[in-house]
Amino acid sequence: MSDTTNSGPMLAADGTPLKRSLARALRRQKIRALALIAPLLIFVLVTFIAPIADMLFRSVENQIVSETLPETVEALADWDSDSGEIPPDKVFEALYIDLVIAEAEKKHTRLGTRLNYEKTGVSSLFRKSGRRVGRFDTDEYTDALTEQNPDLGAPATWAAMMEDSSVRSSLPLTTRTWDRWAAYLISDGENPAEEKLEDVLFAALYFDLRDGASPSDPRLSSLDVSNIEPVDLPASFADADKDWLDPSVWKTIQVYSPNYTSGYFLNAVDMQKGPDGAEARPENQQIYIMLFQRTLFMSLVITVSCIALGYPVAWLLANLPARTANMLMILVLLPFWTSLLVRTSAWKVMLQQQGVINDTLVWLGLVADDSRLVMINNQFGTIVAMTHILLPFMILPLYSVMQTIPETYLRAAKSLGATNWTAFWRVYFPQSVPGIGAGSILVFILSIGYYITPEIVGGTTGTFISNRIAYHISSSLNWGLAAALGSILLAVVLLLYWCYDRIVGIDNVKLGG
Amino acid sequence: MAKTSNSDAFVEFERVQKSYDGENLVVKDLNLIMPKGEFLTMLGPSGSGKTTCLMMLAGFETATHGDIRLDGTSINNIPPHKRGIGMVFQNYALFPHMTVAENLAFPLEVRKMGKSEREAKVKRALDMVQMGAFGGRRPAQLSGGQQQRIALARALVFEAELVLMDEPLGALDKQLREHMQFEIKRIADNLGITVVYVTHDQTEALTMSDRVAVFDDGRIQQLAPPDQLYEEPENSFVAQFIGENNTLEGVIKGINNGVAVVELDDGELIDCKPINVSKAGERTRVSIRPERVEYNKSRLQEGAHTLKAEVLEFIYMGDIFRTRLRVAGNDEFIIKTRNAPDQERLQPGQQIEIGWMPEDCRALDAT
Ligand SMILES: Nc1ncnc2c1ncn2[C@@H]1O[C@H](COP(=O)(O)OP(=O)(O)OP(=O)(O)O)[C@@H](O)[C@H]1O
Ligand SMILES: [Mg+2]
Repeated sequence: MSDTTNSGPMLAADGTPLKRSLARALRRQKIRALALIAPLLIFVLVTFIAPIADMLFRSVENQIVSETLPETVEALADWDSDSGEIPPDKVFEALYIDLVIAEAEKKHTRLGTRLNYEKTGVSSLFRKSGRRVGRFDTDEYTDALTEQNPDLGAPATWAAMMEDSSVRSSLPLTTRTWDRWAAYLISDGENPAEEKLEDVLFAALYFDLRDGASPSDPRLSSLDVSNIEPVDLPASFADADKDWLDPSVWKTIQVYSPNYTSGYFLNAVDMQKGPDGAEARPENQQIYIMLFQRTLFMSLVITVSCIALGYPVAWLLANLPARTANMLMILVLLPFWTSLLVRTSAWKVMLQQQGVINDTLVWLGLVADDSRLVMINNQFGTIVAMTHILLPFMILPLYSVMQTIPETYLRAAKSLGATNWTAFWRVYFPQSVPGIGAGSILVFILSIGYYITPEIVGGTTGTFISNRIAYHISSSLNWGLAAALGSILLAVVLLLYWCYDRIVGIDNVKLGG
Repeated sequence: MAKTSNSDAFVEFERVQKSYDGENLVVKDLNLIMPKGEFLTMLGPSGSGKTTCLMMLAGFETATHGDIRLDGTSINNIPPHKRGIGMVFQNYALFPHMTVAENLAFPLEVRKMGKSEREAKVKRALDMVQMGAFGGRRPAQLSGGQQQRIALARALVFEAELVLMDEPLGALDKQLREHMQFEIKRIADNLGITVVYVTHDQTEALTMSDRVAVFDDGRIQQLAPPDQLYEEPENSFVAQFIGENNTLEGVIKGINNGVAVVELDDGELIDCKPINVSKAGERTRVSIRPERVEYNKSRLQEGAHTLKAEVLEFIYMGDIFRTRLRVAGNDEFIIKTRNAPDQERLQPGQQIEIGWMPEDCRALDAT
């Protein structure tokens, strides 16, 4: 009773405010709980979340262009891609420098592969030009400049010169080129002060001087470039591959020069970057939307088949006497003890044209021998095999929910005058919906990302988006596109999950209890 | 057995047997006739077959043998949903995914009743159990007692003439249970419905029923109105099961003029009323209700039989005193005396004399 007159904060036995000692006690509990899950948390973060985040990041990452062709990207920034003309000589000069270094670093083919995703032919263009770029006539610059100052022919002179900050500031292009060159040599275990000087360095020096650079360094101040005959780089490039005269190649480089790109995502939804932003790809290149639709549609069909086949089984499991139910349960779980590959291959044996089912049908005379059913390497085969494989994921949650529905509800309904069917449909079924929901989410999400089974029995018409993702990961090596497709798939799943939550309510999903 | 059914019989069990496993009879030879409007309670220990009987009546179990008739027609082959029997389940079995009103409307809907009529009936049924304001709630949002009322209303809303209740108050606390007993009885009387009520709470059985059927071992041990059941148990099981009871074991010395002389195991001779004993030499169990025994001499009536006793325990319970005695070698002899101003409070160890009237002392079977 005296408590009510006490206006101050409640105190614990040791005199600290009750609130604070409660918070302390709870914090200790939380830390202990966290320590318990820490091993798993770290494991998941390191081996799962981080790689996935990295992978998803690849869907927008595009640093390869600006890293491999830094000069070109910069020179190309002012070029108007709609002009219909090839870029000015300066861009070719930048490309020359970039390509020589990329070729030395063996990066130009990777860049070619990357840009080939956006424009076919770029890959061979880079490969060919890479082979030829060393033989361009730029040695004329080398000869002319070393003639004016033979000292320049010594690598040590360059190394020393490029230490000098006044030289560096007066010859920006030369400096950048030297730095990249030197970095490459060092990474290759060489000493830049001893290695043979490449033409590209003299070309860069020539470009700087021609553009009006006036270094005060005595080794350079005497150089006069006005009488040096410029090399026609556009012609040299065109000579290596005439595609360099195609503005659309340049446009591709320009469009994909930023560090981040939406290109992969556009590609993943059958679009591409056009002159006025995103545009649809040509009809004959559209594939992903169709694949996404097919994946969703077939997953839906598989989910519905699983409900149709699994519901009665789960009902039996939940209502049979324990002994029989246990036997049946073992049969349901049996597939889990067999390798997925074995089960899928078994379906191949069953469904193929010379397979068990066709043989039986022919033997029964239901199907003529020359018109055996095609049940494999198409959508039908995928649906059949995947329904079989995913069925336990439907049955188990259904079973555990049905187990909690007492028989008295059905009895009550019947005693109230409902026929068996009404009692089931109005009373039993609504209560089993959480099980259907849980099973459907499991089966649908599993099948949306399924890979092995469609790969084996899907043929061309029964494959899923995941097969395409796998193709880009392991065959075409277009990881960015694979990541974009994966991200979209993830987003679709999350979206569906959200819709489900809005419509059915996620607390209406029970895995048991 | 072409015996025509009893004219005023509404529910009839005739020689009904039930076995679940083909080895043991759970219900053995059940015969029961209920007139219309009766409130009959099945009372008995756990596993005695009460629920089984109810389920056979409702149609969820089939009788292995015998005939069950409702209003003169055999219902053995009528499926449960056509029997028109209302049922209140022990755990209420309210459909959790429907509101209270939908639960009540369910039996009307399956009977294809029109919407307006349905709503009127649901409202009336809810008002009857004083739950009119709860139609929109889900069963999970109701207290146990409220769910109970809804279950009752649902069993009554389609105007079933026969309502079965299987331990409907089992899950409620004592106070609420007593209140609901009264409520159920009132509604049943008002509507004039026939009720078969299952419980293993004997107070409930005694306070609510017109007749009580005491079940044990698959048989009806006694079927009688409550007062008769309490005061005139026909066998020692009923005497033990209903109310508190003292038993003294002994042997019949002789029976004449409706009085049996019993020699108790310590040699004492007492007079009893013979109930289901027949001849001298038979072992018997003598039963006396604790409240029929007196120790205050002034209260003993003429002709009372007296016996020596030792006080073992004296418990003050407010309205009554409850005393445990040793009588004729029995340490569990209980007497209950009213807390009157002149009543002596006994001390453990005290030697006293107790007495009772011979007609309150019943000689029953020894088993
Ligand atoms: N479905 C069944 N299968 C087999 N045996 C059963 C089944 N239902 C009941 N029994 C058995 O029948 C006997 C009677 O059961 P019943 O449920 O009728 O008892 P009860 O009198 O209602 O008991 P309680 O008061 O505990 O509810 C018990 O021995 C029980 O084990
Ligand atoms: Mg029972």
